[in-house]
Amino acid sequence: MTESVSPYTDRRQRHAADMMGMYLFLGTEIMLFGGLFAAMALTRLQHPAEYVAHSRELHLWIGAWNTVILLTSSLFAALAVHAAREGAGRAAARWLGATAAFGLGFLALKATEYTLEFREGLLPVTGGDGALSEPVQRLFMHLYLVSTGLHAVHLTIGICVVTGLAWRLRRAESARAIPVEITGLYWHLIDVVWVFLYPVLYLAR
Amino acid sequence: MSTTAEPPAETEEERVSYFRSGTSLRSWLLTTDHKRIAILYLLSITFFFFVGGLAAALVRADLMTPAPDLMTNEGYNRAFSLHGIIMVWFFLIPSIPNTFGNFLIPLMIGARDVAFPRLNLLSWYIYMAGGLFALATLVLGGVDTGWTFYTPLSSMYANGSVVLVATAVFVTGFSSILTGLNFIVTIHKLRCPGMTWGRLPLFIWSHYATSIILVLATPVLAITLALIAAERLFGLGVFNPALGGDPLLFQHLFWFYSHPAVYIMVLPALGVISELVAASARKPVFGYEFVAGSSIAIAVIGFLVWGHHMFVSGQSVYASAIFSFLSLVVAVPSGIKVYNWTATLWKGHIALDPPFLFAMGFIGLFVVGGLTGLVLTMLAVDVHVHDTYFVVAHFHYIMVGGTVSAFFGALHFWWPKITGRLYPLAWGRVAALLIFIGFNLTFFPQFLLGYMGMPRRYHVYPPEFQVLNVLSSSGAGVLGAAYLLPFVYLLWSLRNGAPAGPNPWGATGLEWTVASPPPEHNFAEIPEVTRPPYDYEIERHDA
Repeated sequence: MTESVSPYTDRRQRHAADMMGMYLFLGTEIMLFGGLFAAMALTRLQHPAEYVAHSRELHLWIGAWNTVILLTSSLFAALAVHAAREGAGRAAARWLGATAAFGLGFLALKATEYTLEFREGLLPVTGGDGALSEPVQRLFMHLYLVSTGLHAVHLTIGICVVTGLAWRLRRAESARAIPVEITGLYWHLIDVVWVFLYPVLYLAR
Repeated sequence: MSTTAEPPAETEEERVSYFRSGTSLRSWLLTTDHKRIAILYLLSITFFFFVGGLAAALVRADLMTPAPDLMTNEGYNRAFSLHGIIMVWFFLIPSIPNTFGNFLIPLMIGARDVAFPRLNLLSWYIYMAGGLFALATLVLGGVDTGWTFYTPLSSMYANGSVVLVATAVFVTGFSSILTGLNFIVTIHKLRCPGMTWGRLPLFIWSHYATSIILVLATPVLAITLALIAAERLFGLGVFNPALGGDPLLFQHLFWFYSHPAVYIMVLPALGVISELVAASARKPVFGYEFVAGSSIAIAVIGFLVWGHHMFVSGQSVYASAIFSFLSLVVAVPSGIKVYNWTATLWKGHIALDPPFLFAMGFIGLFVVGGLTGLVLTMLAVDVHVHDTYFVVAHFHYIMVGGTVSAFFGALHFWWPKITGRLYPLAWGRVAALLIFIGFNLTFFPQFLLGYMGMPRRYHVYPPEFQVLNVLSSSGAGVLGAAYLLPFVYLLWSLRNGAPAGPNPWGATGLEWTVASPPPEHNFAEIPEVTRPPYDYEIERHDA
């Protein structure tokens, strides 16, 4: 294999390109979730009363606590970026660790919520859908499961990336800010998607 | 170009080119050189072009007679579905951007590579993974949904490997997204000193517009296909009215991607034609700013016209009226391009070389395809010709007459740059002419068939349609042979062609300032641009 040639002439150019690439990627993520939000909007327009009724069956407070946890994790991510910009590698690693830990907390609470819904017969999966009697109720729970599931997949990827980055920086005296900034952007997007999912699903009651 | 008995020896340029920077298979499969990745794409899309072409041959052979004598109904449905799916996602969408775009964008803007070389290679692997899913679908018997996957047919009734082929398209979509992202960042951040936005080649402008669509539209297709798969696997129901869903939602989401996808397929072709026309006329492109801006206008307005695929679907008549109006609007920037190309050719010093002939073929076919598109935009006329061969003929004039002609035009224009060898021009002229004739023979009768009422996607038809169908099928034979012809002389030229030199056409543009084939790192020194684009010296004495 031939040595790959850097297309960049200097570091600043590379920095700008990396940031722009990440912003574009986040744009594609917004369009991806946008399709799901369109489906949810249409369902609510076509079945307003049922949509509101089924929204009431979700665990409002679990969702609320998860919102708090995820927003806090985003704060830690922002602090990690701040530390990395200051060149404090180890501090950045610690904040990233906290970010990942809160992300895991979110997933644990989400798993608990799924388990509760499964026991209540509200989850549209084999064995867990005993209480789903109406088609729109099933559709609502399907949309809930697909959108929160897709969000959880993104969060899982985020946790892996953040943990890996924290591991790399654990003994670093200094840090290149770019990887932390880019990872932070991704983390904030996961957060923002949840900030929209929560009202659309839970607060439509 | 004379043909000598002895093949010319390897040139000095070839010895230091990207082609010789490594000869092992590994050096190709792990390369991050945009030029080598372009070659990988060229080989892979050519393969899929033949697979899709074979399916088209089956369809046209079956349509020779009004009776269902070659295939069963099911088999026919699978043949045209496969033709559409393979041609759209595995040939047309990656065709010009991923081969010529990859090869030329860094060279044209004076960069050593794209912004994210490793992502570029990953994008090829993702494309190949999607391609494997598509081939697996083929082996397992295919699908009968058409390339559009309309619900509830695809979600409830279709037999065959719908989930598998949806996965294939889903996966390939991420290859498109990464390529588009890479191009946008490259064009923004890696232009060499002096290469201002107003000096960018029009090929770059059209790829920039294409990339915007790739990045913004493809994720919507991804989620839509995921919802179809979820509907088939888990009974999701978002497209099923019995479960509270709405099948029209699928059409909205699908065309929100797939109409812009038409521009993904044709915008790069428009960029190629601008290059070919300027180089053939040896004049600056007339109204450069308008041609550049029209690419962006097409990309933006193209997002707002998807409802014109749904005039008979039962959507609101007011929505239809607005979509009809916007579809007329999107024709304006396309018209600007055609007029400006014509003005560029006026009083040009034209040589009847293959790139020029392909460009002329493109313009003629693109105009016919575009004008019949306006016919389809008219609400009342659309009711008459909806889902007939008129529509099939219309989009083949754009996709095949337009994009594939431009692809071959680009191949003939940049082949000496890519390979360092000249091909026999006479054979190139023959191929350009044969493609034009074969294409019109194939698809013009389909306008008549459609207007007389022959629906698409049927292989049994009334006997009075047979003459036109036989004409169309024989045209397909000519077209198939014409597409094969370049493979013969282009491959022949690899060994026997005369060395091309850096600039065989005397064209402007940074890609012609480097050796042919280009050295591994493109530019020994990053160039500096001081002149406007298409700075051909206009010869004034003949005015």
